[in-house]
Amino acid sequence: MSKITSLADLRNIKANVEAKMSLRERSESPESMVQIRVAMATCGIASGAKIVMDYMINELDKRNIPAVVTQTGCMGYCYAEPTIEVTRPGHQPLVFGYVDAKKADQIIGKYIMNGELLDGIIPVNYENIEGK
Amino acid sequence: MTQFKMHLLVCGGTGCRASESEQLFQSLKKEIIEKGLENEVQVITTGCFGFCEKGPIVKVMPDNTFYTQVKPEDAIEIIAEHVIKGRKVTRLLYINPETEQAVSDSKHMGFYRKQLRIALRNCGFIDPENIEEYISRDGYAALAKCLTEMTPAQVIEEMKKSGLRGRGGGGFPTGLKWEITSKSQADQKYVVCNADEGDPGAFMDRSILEGDPHSVIEAMAICGYCIGATKGIVYIRAEYPLAVERLKIAMKQAVEFGLLGKDIFGTGFEFEIDIRYGAGAFVCGEETALIHSMEGLRGEPTIKPPFPSVSGYLEKPTNVNNVETFGNVPVIINKGADWFASIGSEKSKGTKVFALAGKINNVGLIEVPMGTTLRDIIFEIGGGIKDGKKFKAVQTGGPSGGCLTEKHLDIQIDFDSLTAAGSMMGSGGMIVLDEDDCMVSIAKFYLDFTVEESCGKCAPCRIGNKRLNEMLEKICEGKGTMKDLDLLRNLSHVIKDTSLCGLGQTSPNPVLSTMDNFYDEYLAHIVDHKCPSGQCKALLQYVIEAENCVGCTACARNCPVNAIAGERKGVHVIDQATCIKCGACLEKCKFNAVFIK
Ligand SMILES: Cc1cc2nc3c(=O)[nH]c(=O)nc-3n(C[C@H](O)[C@H](O)[C@H](O)COP(=O)(O)O)c2cc1C
Ligand code: SF4
Ligand code: SF4
Ligand code: SF4
Ligand code: FES
Ligand code: FES
Repeated sequence: MSKITSLADLRNIKANVEAKMSLRERSESPESMVQIRVAMATCGIASGAKIVMDYMINELDKRNIPAVVTQTGCMGYCYAEPTIEVTRPGHQPLVFGYVDAKKADQIIGKYIMNGELLDGIIPVNYENIEGK
Repeated sequence: MTQFKMHLLVCGGTGCRASESEQLFQSLKKEIIEKGLENEVQVITTGCFGFCEKGPIVKVMPDNTFYTQVKPEDAIEIIAEHVIKGRKVTRLLYINPETEQAVSDSKHMGFYRKQLRIALRNCGFIDPENIEEYISRDGYAALAKCLTEMTPAQVIEEMKKSGLRGRGGGGFPTGLKWEITSKSQADQKYVVCNADEGDPGAFMDRSILEGDPHSVIEAMAICGYCIGATKGIVYIRAEYPLAVERLKIAMKQAVEFGLLGKDIFGTGFEFEIDIRYGAGAFVCGEETALIHSMEGLRGEPTIKPPFPSVSGYLEKPTNVNNVETFGNVPVIINKGADWFASIGSEKSKGTKVFALAGKINNVGLIEVPMGTTLRDIIFEIGGGIKDGKKFKAVQTGGPSGGCLTEKHLDIQIDFDSLTAAGSMMGSGGMIVLDEDDCMVSIAKFYLDFTVEESCGKCAPCRIGNKRLNEMLEKICEGKGTMKDLDLLRNLSHVIKDTSLCGLGQTSPNPVLSTMDNFYDEYLAHIVDHKCPSGQCKALLQYVIEAENCVGCTACARNCPVNAIAGERKGVHVIDQATCIKCGACLEKCKFNAVFIK
């Protein structure tokens, strides 16, 4: 390890580790940023939820949108998997069904960035342990 | 680079390690590799989450799931269910003691909701053995700012403006102390970190050193810059092996990164740190005794002045600060004095870390803004009294403090309000007592400690405390007289007024405050020969209620001293003169006939 000899060196190290730490930093105040929950139960995984989750994480990161992406168990919409739930700060959560990479891209570009609604929203009436 | 989707934070504090958190860490790692998730899930060891009693703790980020009492075997289920399928392992979640329901994440735990973590900001968040994680949390940025953008006088001014007061017990303004030391002229000065922490039940300093050692190192260097010292010494209890290890690792990394040593940040400033081990005597936490102990002399206090700031270690100006005090410094520099001064009460700024213990649901380490009420601490954060019992009192300030009662629950606690209420902030011990605790015994418990720990240098403390202790013992045995009560009070005041160091000057506080708040209990012991909470063994009577006794003889057969007489199927009677109050009869009687009176 080369020594830190200036403020710039310190900032460099910080910038390098930041990406690694951002997940933890953001989890400290999830309510202040976009929260996305991907249903990752058996049916979700089988229908490509994992790919969607990876895509979301990478895309949001690329576009510099602070977000917390978590996975959750079965949301009860197996017919519409993969499903994801998106909560913009200060808004009610929305659930989108049949999400693939293309759809995910639209969700980010339209709903997350601009608040525009798009098709594929599933009306919600579920409750689970995280709501408590 | 790999983007981890999930971080599993495993507590590596002393408390959790004692219940196999290291093995748990290994099993989690192993499972993750077995399932091929090593590029998606990262497992990290952190410092204490403050929830040690329910340890080992695992926190899952980003969903903030808080698992308690996790065993190494549970790793398989956590990975298979939570990590892979997104289903939380409900049986490991924290259970809210009031609603008895599982709480999904730490954001919904009463324990964390009212806390504000400044000194503990990195504990349970970063890997304390990884300097880069500290740097990512603005670590060493404060040192850089001080060295490259501020003069020592400006830094001191900022510290004074912040209103930070010493967390070691005295509450002395930190900025002012730094200023005094900076003005003392000498060829060498020292920065000393007091990590002796001898207060029974206290572990805030240990947790900070274990969970965030770099914050203390950084603050000591800042202090060195301000006062003109190139040498720092951490005086730490030898009983804190993990804290010592983490501190050593951190110091080594800081040296490797050029953050300790010569020419730090290319400014020509140099600073190095040494470790000295304490022998585990409470009095060695007192700064003059601590300095003598470092000099290889007996750990006995000496009269102040001279204050260490003027003549301390090796008779050089020495700035002694507590671990938690130092822990606040980098944040103050980074976020500004005004930010810090906006938190807390009028004369006590910022937060205070407390070790909550005793008859409370959530035992642990907490940090709250100064001015938080005792009620919030005990009933919100602490989750109320264990087993639905009634709150009786809370002892703050350890052996130097006093007890506060129901009527004090709504005072906003800070240095001054606690003193005004007859107690002390001390280092932050907080022991909650319920209806079953006898206040005379509590006073005696602390006096036992003081008598044990008095260094014996001066007579009022050495002899006076012994006499206080004897009188308390007499009262607990029901042999006390009303004259003893007067004597207790008078002697307490003499000890307070004439002792040489803080230990003796504060040692009668538990006696005085229990007498002030629970005079009735003293009277009950003396006049009625009764201990109202049934704790003083000598004052208990085991009696058999004739109506309930069926004469089964179980009690008589189990009494170790044959104190129970009675015919089979006849009423039994306990001979009080013979009874040694072992409680065996009470335990054995299936007919609820034995009572404690
Ligand atoms: C009997 C006694 C024990 C003490 N124990 C400690 C201790 O364990 N840790 C500590 O930081 N200060 C302790 N102090 C207070 C120190 O003397 C000193 O005031 C403190 O370390 C100064 O740091 P601060 O201004 O940052 O609080 C003790 C004082 C007395 C009288
Ligand atoms: S007050 Fe007690 S501990 Fe302090 S110097 Fe005197 S004897 Fe020693
Ligand atoms: S055990 Fe209980 S019921 Fe039996 S003889 Fe003793 S007091 Fe009476
Ligand atoms: S308390 Fe113990 S000694 Fe006393 S009567 Fe009961 S069994 Fe015997
Ligand atoms: S040591 Fe693990 S929570 Fe305190
Ligand atoms: S033994 Fe020295 S004062 Fe009594």
